[in-house]
Amino acid sequence: MTHLPYILAAYGLTLGVATVLSVNAAVRLRRARRRLSAIEQPRTRQPS
Amino acid sequence: MNATQSLTARTGNLFHRYANPGRFLRMGAKLQPWLTWPALVLSAAGIIWGLFFSPADWQQGDSVRIMYVHVPSAWLASSGYMGLAVCSLLSLVWRHPLADLAAVEIGPVGAAITAVCLATGSLWGKPMWGTWWVWDARLTSVLVLFFLYLGHIALIRAFDEPQRGYRAAAILGLAGAVDLPIIKFSVQWWNTLHQPDSITVTGAPTMSTSMLWPLGLTTLGFTLGFGAIVLARLRASVMESRIRTILAASRGRQSTSPAPQPDSAAV
Repeated sequence: MTHLPYILAAYGLTLGVATVLSVNAAVRLRRARRRLSAIEQPRTRQPS
Repeated sequence: MNATQSLTARTGNLFHRYANPGRFLRMGAKLQPWLTWPALVLSAAGIIWGLFFSPADWQQGDSVRIMYVHVPSAWLASSGYMGLAVCSLLSLVWRHPLADLAAVEIGPVGAAITAVCLATGSLWGKPMWGTWWVWDARLTSVLVLFFLYLGHIALIRAFDEPQRGYRAAAILGLAGAVDLPIIKFSVQWWNTLHQPDSITVTGAPTMSTSMLWPLGLTTLGFTLGFGAIVLARLRASVMESRIRTILAASRGRQSTSPAPQPDSAAV
């Protein structure tokens, strides 16, 4: 394959950025979901 | 109320129907897997096809394979900013609360994908043009787009009061949309080193079908992936905003409730 280092760098960079963005979004979403459910649970358990 | 005001009000009502955070979170949770899994499958298929099974170009050799990641990132850099400009319009005209949050979340993802577009373009330019960078109209206008994204991110965080930051960033978001037609038509308006578009809406593509298929797959896969990442960030942002509201309300209740009287039993 000609120009292999350039091709590998381009694909590596793209996949690296995509992975960082995806993992960051997934971790943030999971953390927010856990915190929200932890806060909302005591409120829903309150007797009317 | 004249016809224009009535249309604006009706459009505002339509958008505000989807502004309810609970409704958005339910809708977002349903939509998320429909974006994420096809994005992964299509991107993986396109990348494998482009890297190992599509032919090398007779002039460019194997460096043409960079196109399968460069073109989708270029498309997303522009269309991501278009999304940001639409959110800015929704925020400025209809004060849509989700539009502000969406603009906040699109900004960093758009900036990252524009950086990928510029970097992969340079990685293609070095072996093909013999240089990493030229001050060509297409390259320069995409660099301006990258700075617009960075400006948007910085402006949102520049104010103590979030609403002022949202408003200032929305104005920049709308004004910056002027760069999008410049990027699109730069290769026609000026004599550029960057080649003209190989795929147009009106004409037949000037590319072999064996290259068009993997390019289509990566473009569709990356677009769905961009949507999935922005949606996940937006859902997290709505949840974080809800957490802040609940905590502020409970703090407010604690501060307004009467303080316990230590000697009340004695009275």
